Amino acid sequence: MADTVGEITPAGEDPSRRDFIYLATMAAAVGAVGSVVWPLVDQMNPSGDMLALASLEFDLSKVADGSEVTIKWRGKPVFIRKRTPAEIAKAKADDNADLKDPAKDADRHKPGKAEWLILIGSCTHLGCVPTFGGGDWGGWFCPCHGSHYDTAGRIRKGPAPKNLALPQYAFLSDTKVKIG
Amino acid sequence: MSGHSTYEPKTGFTRWLDTRLPIVRLGYDSFVDYPTPKNLNYWYTFGGILSLCLMTQIVTGLILAMHYVPHVDHAFNSVEHIMRDVNHGWLLRYVHANGASMFLFAVYMHMFRGLYYGSYKAPREVLWILGCVIYLLMMATAFMGYVLPWGQMSFHGAVVITNLLGAFPVIGESITTWLWGGFAVDNPTLNRFFSLHFLMPFMIAGVVILHVWALHVAGQNNPSGIEPKSKEDTVSFTPYATVKDGFAMVLFLILFSVFVFFQPNAMGHADNYIPANPLVTPSHIVPEWYFLPFYAILRAVPDKLGGALLMFGAIGVLFVLPWLDTSKVRSLRYRPTARVFFFLFVLTCLILGWCGGELPDNMVFQVGSTASGDPIGLNFVWLSRIAAAYYFSYFLIVMPVLGLVETPDAVPDSITASIMNHSAEKKGLAYAG
Repeated sequence: MADTVGEITPAGEDPSRRDFIYLATMAAAVGAVGSVVWPLVDQMNPSGDMLALASLEFDLSKVADGSEVTIKWRGKPVFIRKRTPAEIAKAKADDNADLKDPAKDADRHKPGKAEWLILIGSCTHLGCVPTFGGGDWGGWFCPCHGSHYDTAGRIRKGPAPKNLALPQYAFLSDTKVKIG
Repeated sequence: MSGHSTYEPKTGFTRWLDTRLPIVRLGYDSFVDYPTPKNLNYWYTFGGILSLCLMTQIVTGLILAMHYVPHVDHAFNSVEHIMRDVNHGWLLRYVHANGASMFLFAVYMHMFRGLYYGSYKAPREVLWILGCVIYLLMMATAFMGYVLPWGQMSFHGAVVITNLLGAFPVIGESITTWLWGGFAVDNPTLNRFFSLHFLMPFMIAGVVILHVWALHVAGQNNPSGIEPKSKEDTVSFTPYATVKDGFAMVLFLILFSVFVFFQPNAMGHADNYIPANPLVTPSHIVPEWYFLPFYAILRAVPDKLGGALLMFGAIGVLFVLPWLDTSKVRSLRYRPTARVFFFLFVLTCLILGWCGGELPDNMVFQVGSTASGDPIGLNFVWLSRIAAAYYFSYFLIVMPVLGLVETPDAVPDSITASIMNHSAEKKGLAYAG
């Protein structure tokens, strides 16, 4: 390119000025194309109303001891489980077991609310919904590819890489929880 | 295009048109006068059958789109409305749904044929790669189409497959959120899958044009793998190939009709007649039959990212196949050792398909039990691991090494010589047919 530029550049003019113009034009073109393409790509991301559906309140008095309610939050199932003392003890006893994704039971629930285990009910492998009561650890079992979770929702066996995720939530009162 | 055009416009209008837009000439040169090797067998009819499949899917799909509603509240019911209320709706839907299976069946036949006769080898690499692109587009289209009825299998199939992309580190979650248009598979996902499912067949049609173009530049391969050397080696496309293709299409349509009219749900899954419920996953979730081998490879790996990568790699390896095969002989008709490995490969694909449909911990056979009652024997995870190992070895080890070490049979001088050599032909037919 320098040769060509040299031929058509009048004597005494610095060829790097023309290079600068080429580069600036290219940069402007890339910027322009990028700014047109981005809206076409970004429109696929969650829309405003989808983001606005981010939180919901749930009345805990409906859940009996040792039972579980599944609610839909952001299109995903959320397990609200009222654990029995036996389940809690079992989960605590395994705190130092050989865990794939190490976590203490105390970090899996809110302080002083060990009976309430609130989890996103979506297997961390490929997103199927695990069922409670199956599996080798008395917790959840995923029917799709055989992941076993314990009574704290921690992954113990199978292809899933992580523990069942915890949603953001807060207790508004003893019987009311806000998820999201 | 090969050779000089022999088209001569006969009427005033075609002469006038020919100097302005030689489209009749293009059609004549491509589908009438076009020379085809005279030894093409019935394995070579799947190309024509595939274009018939594509047209069938596009026509029935366009009509179904007039009655289908891509919304989570209406999708399932609109499909039932098509089945029960729309005039001939049941026929259109069954043709479209079974048509997908027939399409994939034909494409697998077409691909195995290409593998057997070395149709991917120089100078047909681009032709082969374009075919791989078509196959990828077909898989994406079939997957999205299966989501549209919004039954339990549709929904949870979509969840599992889109979550595969979440396996990629760092960017995985942003990709799935972007793809879903939310935080789970939901209405935006269904809506965009419908849009893309509508678009992709036309993309396929575009790549098919490139595929046929590349075919006409390189010329067709043939069962002997020898390039035509004289006019004696070829016959004109019409009537020879058109009639042969047409007859094969009739046979294919008979098979197609058996499914549409007598076994319309044989390829489907009963759970897909249950409306999608995001809160409950069916106890046994399987993809459609044509994805089972890849699903088996996915599950053969205990690691999420590793499984996803290996599954995509199983398709990716096809793209570089032309450079993995080191043999100087094109057709397996003259490579007796390679033929054994090829049939093992076909068997492996079938075994992977079988594994993909079974639960990983189920036993293939059992020889006893441990003290704690666990069965001893071969389970489907291990069978799929063995099969997946051979799948990749075939491309990455057998193809490069065998081409260098084997001693192929004598290759005839020409296509005509291969036909005249009766014993060689008989042998070839016995293996190929």
